Amino acid sequence: MAFGAFSSGAAPGVATVQEGPRRKSRVALFLLLPGIAYLALFFLVPLISLLLTSFMAPREFGDIGQFDYAFRWENYVKVVETYLPHILRSFGYAAIATVLALIIGYPLAYFIGVNLRRFPLVQALALVLVIAPFFISFLLRTLAWKQIFADEGPVVGALNALSLMGPGDHITGTPAAVVFGLTYMFIPFMTLPIYTSLERLDLRYVEAGGDLYASPWTTFRTVTLPLSMPGVVSGTLLTFIPASGDYINASRDFLGSTETAMIGNVVETNFLILQNYPAAAALSIILMATILILVGAYVRKSGTEDLV
Amino acid sequence: MSKNEFGTSGADLELRGVSKRFPGFTAIEELDLTIPAGSFFALLGPSGCGKTTTLRIVAGLEEPTTGRVLIGGKDVTDAKPFQRPVNTVFQSYALFPHMTVIENIAFGLRRRRIEDPLGKAREALRLVELENVAQRRPAQLSGGQQQRVALARAIVNRPALLLLDEPLGALDLKLRRQMQLELKEIQAQVGLTFLHVTHDQEEAMTMADTVAVMNKGRIEQMGAPEELYERPRTAFVANFLGQSNLFGGKVVSSSDESIVVDVHGYRVEVPRARSQRHSGEVAVGVRPEKIELHANEPVPASGINIVGPGRVTDVSFSGVSTSYQVSLPGLGVVTVFAQNRSFGPVVHEGEQVWLSWHVEHGFGLEDEPEQLPKFAADDDTQSIAAQRRRQLQTELEGA
Ligand SMILES: Nc1ncnc2c1ncn2[C@@H]1O[C@H](COP(=O)(O)OP(=O)(O)O)[C@@H](O)[C@H]1O
Ligand SMILES: [Mg+2]
Repeated sequence: MAFGAFSSGAAPGVATVQEGPRRKSRVALFLLLPGIAYLALFFLVPLISLLLTSFMAPREFGDIGQFDYAFRWENYVKVVETYLPHILRSFGYAAIATVLALIIGYPLAYFIGVNLRRFPLVQALALVLVIAPFFISFLLRTLAWKQIFADEGPVVGALNALSLMGPGDHITGTPAAVVFGLTYMFIPFMTLPIYTSLERLDLRYVEAGGDLYASPWTTFRTVTLPLSMPGVVSGTLLTFIPASGDYINASRDFLGSTETAMIGNVVETNFLILQNYPAAAALSIILMATILILVGAYVRKSGTEDLV
Repeated sequence: MSKNEFGTSGADLELRGVSKRFPGFTAIEELDLTIPAGSFFALLGPSGCGKTTTLRIVAGLEEPTTGRVLIGGKDVTDAKPFQRPVNTVFQSYALFPHMTVIENIAFGLRRRRIEDPLGKAREALRLVELENVAQRRPAQLSGGQQQRVALARAIVNRPALLLLDEPLGALDLKLRRQMQLELKEIQAQVGLTFLHVTHDQEEAMTMADTVAVMNKGRIEQMGAPEELYERPRTAFVANFLGQSNLFGGKVVSSSDESIVVDVHGYRVEVPRARSQRHSGEVAVGVRPEKIELHANEPVPASGINIVGPGRVTDVSFSGVSTSYQVSLPGLGVVTVFAQNRSFGPVVHEGEQVWLSWHVEHGFGLEDEPEQLPKFAADDDTQSIAAQRRRQLQTELEGA
């Protein structure tokens, strides 16, 4: 699985290279060159451009959308002041969606990776089903959910018939709908890495847990879960990072409303409509930095040395 | 049973009519077994005969198709593994890779909320002489060290019954011998019931009070090691535990003390008490080290079986003893072991010899003579060595 790469970094090779003769390290450097060039070109350059943009000042007597290079750090203060609720909302929604996706994805991964082991064909089929949503554009899928949850849709109709919803209530446009959309979208990203670690899980450890007086639940807590932690960490990162930057689910055109706007939506508005490029860039940088800090702390906390 | 009970003595194990069928394969058929408390019991058999399956049934990791399992008189057939006063040293160790050695050992104690788990774990680690690796991960240990940690992890719980599944399999010969002695010492120290599974007959005989020889899912014979060796009841036992010379023949006369079998014209007398069958076609045998070689025909005497003359076809020196293959017309090839009391072999290849042994050293088997294995079991190390030697010789001669 491609997701394996996420958890099993390139560390082992690097260590031996340093111990080897100097010529070896030069060869390694040479082999790394395309990768470094790629990173420089497609990651570093846009990042620097983004940083420069975030400090730009409006051109004097210029039109809307015209800016000059400057060092206007007030841009950051301004966007934080204006958009703090959106920033908090983004990480809040992403965190809830990550937890929900974990609660749904872990048992699913366990079932496919452990219970279905004896039936390889069924296992393969189940994996295809997990990935199946990717065959349809996620825009279309989100639109489909919008239809289903729409005021004239079947769900609202059924809830109305059961008098569980008042006449003024909606599902679309609520935080719950946005979190639902995020959770739905990222369940495969959560499930697959966890599946890869559970699929390799040696069940003899589980048996040993039972033999050593651990009840099934305790065995899960002390043996199975720690052994599948690399998958859980990969899955939560693959969910949390893109979810906090998502702007489709929360957008008014899909499951959200103005009350549910996340950073992504604000960036989009600033960039495309208000043409306030420095604000959009500053928001992006803030989003990126916050994610980096959160993820760093998370990996460190759940961090065992065999994790990354 | 109380979870916090810290066993101080072993419990007996009883299997009543236990069988296990996997889809399309019967791993165990009708096993009845009683292991008294505090004993060191070995289950010996070739690989695939159902030893691990038996242990897994006792541990609760496998459900028996029929039969009951009783530990200390209590029926635990329906109890889950974590509810049984049993610990296992797994064939694969199954040490938790994400925990340090000391945490691995303390695992069972923590689950039962026993006081001072780390102190007790350290004590167990001392018992297997590995105090210095307490903080390491299992992956950083050698196979032999892992095996000892697995042992400590099980023993520290003082289970009423300790199951050992080929726990010394990964060790080289010297360490294995040393661990055998240590294990036996530990068992004597802690006084628990040990059920030890192995395919190594020497290991079973040196360690256990009682050995059960298992073959194809059933127990062929059970008893003290000496008894099994001296009085095997079946051809399988006779050949799996050491080597035997087996002959078939018809009983021609019998008295209260012995039966006399006609083996291709030779008169072979076997004590009645050491024979399973007393009339008709029977199979009898004698251990190779019980046979004496004679260069001249010995004088017949009562209480002695004499066969010969035969020709020595192979002499192979193995340090303590020398193994001779003697070909006798009608009888086939007989193996004789002689201690190397003097320098060099007593007789040489091609020489004519007579064989003799005391009547009381013979034994009679349950098996039908036609079903006797023509050759010793393939997994017998001595026969493999002899075969290999013969191969080498022909290669050398050809070169
Ligand atoms: N889960 C299983 N399904 C089918 N056959 C099995 C299973 N476990 C063991 N067996 C079979 O049962 C027999 C006995 O196995 P085992 O008890 O492991 O033998 P031993 O430990 O004596 O080498 C073997 O032939 C093995 O193939
Ligand atoms: Mg086995």
